Amino acid sequence: MTAETTLEPVTNPRASFVRRLPVVSHFNKSVGLQRFMLVVGLVLTGIFLLTALAAPLLAPYGFAQLSDADGSFPTQQAPGGKHLLGTTVGGYDVLSRVIWGTQTALMVIIVAVVLSIFAGVILGLVSGYIGGWLDRVLVVVADAIYAFPSLLLAIVIAIVISGGQSSLLGGILAAAASITVVFIPQYFRVIRAETIRLKAEPFVESAKVVGASNVRIMSRHIFRNATRTLPLIFTLNASEAILTLAGLGFLGFGIEPSSAAEWGFDLNKALADVTSGIWWTGLFPGLAIVWTVLGLTLVGESINDLNDPRLRGRRRTSRKAVPAGPAATEPAADGPGTETELSNP
Amino acid sequence: MTTLIDAPPSDADALLPPTKKQAGGGLGQYILVRFLLIFPTILILVTMVFFLMRVTGDPITAAMGGRLPPDQLQERIHAAGYDRPLLVQYFEYLGQLATGNFGTTLSDNRKVIEMLTTYGAATLELAINALIVALLVGIPLGMIAAHRRDHLPDAVLRILAILFYATPVFFAGMLMKLVFSVWLGWLPVAGRAGTRTELSLTALEAPTGIYWLDALRSGNTAAFSDVMSHAVLPAVTLGLLTAGVFLRLVRTNVIGTLGKDYVEAGRSRGVSEFRLVTKHAYKPALIPIITVMGLQIAVLLGGAVLTETTFEWKGLGFQLANYLTARDFVAVQGIVVLLAVIVAVTNFIVDIIAALIDPRVRY
Repeated sequence: MTAETTLEPVTNPRASFVRRLPVVSHFNKSVGLQRFMLVVGLVLTGIFLLTALAAPLLAPYGFAQLSDADGSFPTQQAPGGKHLLGTTVGGYDVLSRVIWGTQTALMVIIVAVVLSIFAGVILGLVSGYIGGWLDRVLVVVADAIYAFPSLLLAIVIAIVISGGQSSLLGGILAAAASITVVFIPQYFRVIRAETIRLKAEPFVESAKVVGASNVRIMSRHIFRNATRTLPLIFTLNASEAILTLAGLGFLGFGIEPSSAAEWGFDLNKALADVTSGIWWTGLFPGLAIVWTVLGLTLVGESINDLNDPRLRGRRRTSRKAVPAGPAATEPAADGPGTETELSNP
Repeated sequence: MTTLIDAPPSDADALLPPTKKQAGGGLGQYILVRFLLIFPTILILVTMVFFLMRVTGDPITAAMGGRLPPDQLQERIHAAGYDRPLLVQYFEYLGQLATGNFGTTLSDNRKVIEMLTTYGAATLELAINALIVALLVGIPLGMIAAHRRDHLPDAVLRILAILFYATPVFFAGMLMKLVFSVWLGWLPVAGRAGTRTELSLTALEAPTGIYWLDALRSGNTAAFSDVMSHAVLPAVTLGLLTAGVFLRLVRTNVIGTLGKDYVEAGRSRGVSEFRLVTKHAYKPALIPIITVMGLQIAVLLGGAVLTETTFEWKGLGFQLANYLTARDFVAVQGIVVLLAVIVAVTNFIVDIIAALIDPRVRY
């Protein structure tokens, strides 16, 4: 990862496999502030992932634990002593709930994003490849869903799915499914646009001539090429999934405190505390959300900027050599190997 | 909440039959096609919400289940017609919507349309206030970031924009409440106005429901300052969320236009850097900004639900949360339909504005 290798285009077939991996290739392309943001994002996300995996070891108490050997936990106790971050109005340990919350968040992200990639990619491929009235109908439906406030849609879905039940699995599935419905249109749009572009490429024609079936062309030839932008949407959607989950929890449609720790729900309970000056019950779960979303967004943002040659930071080869400033050193054209812009699918 | 992906353009172009493209198609035709597209959008959302809410059962069982004996429950379900086939009910509901009849809420027995206008005004007020904050903060900061690209101000502003996005509105609202209302005591904790102001404003003749407008009309300065002090925190909370998006958007697009030849030409003619950024580079960058502003309306409405709950701002979002808890599906459907109409109409207006600014959009 020396400075010289950063000039390689992403799709250079001679580059080693590791270097062509999404995040690694982006790291190599980045300079200055962009690299800093990418690294900060990766560190924040890494700590989040580690916390989620090691939650049973890190958390001093269970997420629904109300008492230990010495008796019941005090309620609304200020941070310090046995409870590092204090206790909530219900008597839960704030630190433990923040730590266990990472697990819930991670599970919801994974289920939601996997479900929506699966559905969105298939719909996008089919819609873009087959075209015709099916395509038109799907586009109108996706646009309608996309335009609607996603949180409201998520609430409606959450009610339908959970219908009041609040088990861990049920809650996570309900939250993930509500997020999925909101995300499918986004994956659909991107993949469809790519598919339409790729459909006209000579290699698809030749595959047709050779007699490949439509399913094979879609799954082998187009899918492989159309999914290059997915890492970007993945990170951006992961952060949005957290925000949607927290929003659902805040409005009281999340997961009950006895079945899992969920930051949004804790914030909902903390809202009343704030008026009486109790800050610790809301501050820490809130910071956990900001931490996670910030980490994922920084990674996604950096990838987005690095994919766009107009936004990619440029290495100043000779500092102050050109008095006109940044505009004069603008790269003339996109290299053929640069990835497509997401802004114009 | 949308992603930070830049300007997902409307897919209207994909929907237009190719023949229109060849024919050239006037602005009138474009507007007509876009206008007709409003209806399927609304219809799809209404249909989705209707069937989703009915999957779980009829509204009366949902609202009253457990509180009434089964035979009385059956009687009320039958009286309201909820035991008929779902499709019959669906078409009846569509027919009612077409004539502007949204039904009556189950939990507090109010006309839905009346409920929508009362609380809609509050949400409109919040959205306008937030939009003003977002534009005032987002656009100038975006220009500064673009102008000082890759320098310290740009770095700080970009991180700030991401931070705005990463902070959930309800958490931001909670923190502001804690600092400015509880600790410093500068601003009221919650609500839209003090009790006395609220009474004096509702006593007005033909109130608009937008409090600061009503207070201005009545010339009541005490009421006006009271309303304003209540409006600050919710507006800033919701506005900053959107401001982050505007900042990024203005930055990206102004950077794109700043690299153009005519900007360079302007610079060589001695046009000031300030004028270059605010006029030459900013104006052509407006189209994607307007498009995304339209999409931000949906974000703003979604954020309004959370902001209103945080600040007990009695608008549509606050009521929606209440009605959801009460499982009053008739009221929920009414609110969702109204929001769907708002979103569809806004997108239509945005597309028309974009077409007026840039003829290329309409072919």
